[in-house]
Amino acid sequence: MNKPVKPAALDATRRDLVVGATLVGGALLVGCSPADLLSLGARQDFGAFGPFIKIAPDGVVTVISKHVEFGQGNHAGLAAIAVEELGADWSKVKVEQAPANAKVYVNRALGVQGTGGSSAIANSWPQLRKAGAAARAMFVEAAARKWNAPAGEITVQDGVVAHAGGGRQATFAELLPDAAKIAPPAEPVLKDPRTFTLIGTDRVRRKDAQAKSDGSARFTQDVRLPDMLTAMVAHPPRFGAKVAAFDAAEARKIPGVVEVHQIPTGVAVVARDTWAAKQGRDALKVTWDESRAEKRGSDQILAGYRALSGGKAPPGKLEWQAFDSRGDATAATGAGAFEATYDFPFLAHATMEPMNCVAQVNGANTKLTFGSQIPTIDQLNTAKIVGALPGAIQIETLFAGGSFGRRANFQSDYVAECVHIAKKVGKGRPVKLVWTREDDMQAGYFRPIAHHAVRVVTDKDGYPTHWRHRLVTQSISKGSPMPAKGPEETAIEGVMGSPYLKATPNVDAQVILPDSGVPVLWWRSVGATHTAFVMEHTIDQLAKRAAKDPVAYRRVLYAKAGADRHLGVLNLAAEKAGWGSPAPAGWTRGVAVHESFGSVVAQIAEVKLVNGEPRIGRVVTAIDCGTAVSPDQIAAQMEGGTCYGLSAALFGKVDLKDGVVQQTNFDTYRVLRNNEAPTVETYIVPSTNAPSGVGEPGTPVIGPAVANALLAMAGGRPTTALPFVKA
Amino acid sequence: MATTLDVNGKAVTVNAGPDTPLLWVLRDELGMTGTKFGCGVAQCGACTVLADGAPIRSCSTPISALGSARISTIEGLGGQHPVQQAWVRLDVPQCGYCQSGQIMSAVALLTTTPRPSDADIDGAMSGNICRCGAYQRIRAAIKDAAGLAPAASAGSGGAP
Repeated sequence: MNKPVKPAALDATRRDLVVGATLVGGALLVGCSPADLLSLGARQDFGAFGPFIKIAPDGVVTVISKHVEFGQGNHAGLAAIAVEELGADWSKVKVEQAPANAKVYVNRALGVQGTGGSSAIANSWPQLRKAGAAARAMFVEAAARKWNAPAGEITVQDGVVAHAGGGRQATFAELLPDAAKIAPPAEPVLKDPRTFTLIGTDRVRRKDAQAKSDGSARFTQDVRLPDMLTAMVAHPPRFGAKVAAFDAAEARKIPGVVEVHQIPTGVAVVARDTWAAKQGRDALKVTWDESRAEKRGSDQILAGYRALSGGKAPPGKLEWQAFDSRGDATAATGAGAFEATYDFPFLAHATMEPMNCVAQVNGANTKLTFGSQIPTIDQLNTAKIVGALPGAIQIETLFAGGSFGRRANFQSDYVAECVHIAKKVGKGRPVKLVWTREDDMQAGYFRPIAHHAVRVVTDKDGYPTHWRHRLVTQSISKGSPMPAKGPEETAIEGVMGSPYLKATPNVDAQVILPDSGVPVLWWRSVGATHTAFVMEHTIDQLAKRAAKDPVAYRRVLYAKAGADRHLGVLNLAAEKAGWGSPAPAGWTRGVAVHESFGSVVAQIAEVKLVNGEPRIGRVVTAIDCGTAVSPDQIAAQMEGGTCYGLSAALFGKVDLKDGVVQQTNFDTYRVLRNNEAPTVETYIVPSTNAPSGVGEPGTPVIGPAVANALLAMAGGRPTTALPFVKA
Repeated sequence: MATTLDVNGKAVTVNAGPDTPLLWVLRDELGMTGTKFGCGVAQCGACTVLADGAPIRSCSTPISALGSARISTIEGLGGQHPVQQAWVRLDVPQCGYCQSGQIMSAVALLTTTPRPSDADIDGAMSGNICRCGAYQRIRAAIKDAAGLAPAASAGSGGAP
């Protein structure tokens, strides 16, 4: 999902969060860091090996993950980092989810405890290596004292501490009482990466595969607590509408319905079980006040975007913001210029597990049990409702059935809804809020509509000399506790920083961010969901105009831009895909390359048309993600990211008609199915750099690769709007 | 209203209205939460269980429609079923939420078709959505469980 790693932005982020926090607690704590403030009231009792490693008396090592696991496989990678340095027996290692603590478990890339921006492995890399190395040093020191041997001669491997010279060895379990008494070194010596025996191998496997294959993995939907009630909420049909009046008489007649409450987002029916809650909710009669509701359709919103990029004066204070201005781009006019526009619709995340939450509210004693993606924000929003210190809000984070950005919500929308209901129920009685698929799909927080207009002038060889770019989309961060300063990076990332712009001497790139009443949010790979398509499909059209091979054309531009990593993945993918040799009969290849979240991905897709719809066969993927901690999980993310991006490119579209979301379920919001899925081959560029993102970078490349294959077919046409398949 | 169901070989008596979907009886009344709620309208397959060995969508099957059918759920497979072992061997799950349904559909497929072709797998598995996109590992794990070699070579990447 969300914000790319931006160290420079962290200070601003933290300042903004202080303001939010002081509003909550009612007391300004001068001299306190935001992390201190936000973690006030949190438990701080960690064991001898610190907040990330627990070792049981039987020697079994548990690695504590500060990041939620919703499919990305980060629990495997995070554990492997600590275990590599510690020298534990990987086969016996367990992973546990950290509690909420904004200080101890802060994401160093985000400034709060949270998972996003494909940053879990990257921000934890130095931290968990150090935690593992410190614990190893404690065992070594304990053994050295016990055996009267030099610490430098003691080895630790697979949970066995040994001194070969003295012929001694002991297990973690045997040394634990002594090791736990050793003070951890402040700066433990880390392993030389060339001596890694776990990281980078296929031994790094998921720790949750068994539980997720036998039905025992615990998701929010599965929480069952004594005396728990289940709630469903009637939401307004249009964004921004409020309850005017409601009649719950019929709802209360449903056996099992216990309470009905008006809450800020609608009317909640609270029942003894899910089916009763649903029947009760469906029996409610609610009248909505739509005086302030968004009533535009998505076509109208897009038409407004097109008018702006076409030169219509922006209304009110809205203005264009330049984000790349070099040379004289006003000359990007005249006959012979390449011109294209691209339209991208609203997209729903459509996680397999619809949004849900369990809350127990008893004044300041409040606990949430759910798949929290940004615990610090969820604590903050909950604290405002119940009147407590944010750090005192307990969160037990469970597996989440997908997120793709949806659960990283500045308003904690469904969490806050659940807390409101649990507060009405009171006395700490557990309330599980369940959203139906329809609730989930119509609740907004979509990937915003985006419109691009591109005009490019080329030299005699067909390479860009002038690039004019206009981008219209809706701000994701506006109104959040972390508003963007200057042009919003999540809107322009991928155009900004593109090697193709770097290779172009004259650039005029601007963005404008009109408001709408439709809530929008990050959606796996965020800005790249549209910018990668625009840049990569534009490049293939320019190459075609110049009668050049698209891979060769890119190589020239990457050389001009000094984009060595782009060149590396492109060459690897081209070699593995057999670019230059004929595609299998009936298939056409398309290529695309994009950098996001610190990693660069190239894909070459083999595509054909079946009954007018693109069918994707083999997809060769090359990724440069720095040190590959968990190669098999990197491959899994390339496979899954490709399917997620392909699903949206082929079918994804949320329409609003007069402000009402038209899609309700998977019958109207078509998603990729098994018989439509490609076969993805993943190749990882060897690298000694620190790890970079993996969860998102595989998503945005397949769309343009398919568009480029369609363009390359006999009589192929450019794609100017997604999805490829019109409903 | 008391109804008796046969779930994983045990007779269980439940107190639910006849129109209550089997899914909510399994989850809320019997506490068997391995079977998941995904869409409520038989579109996604997360709620798949077997009725007399055939896959059904429990979210859209009222208990009154079950008659004397023998219901099998993910819990009934025991955790070491060959299909489950293949799922673990290949690290199929990502978020994991859809996998109970995927596995039940795969078990039904392999029961009737022990050596499924790619087309058989497409036909049996297209009703089970995985938003994480673990599809190619699902296909590979079905073949693995069936003792078949991975990756058919017909067409591009095995695609028809």
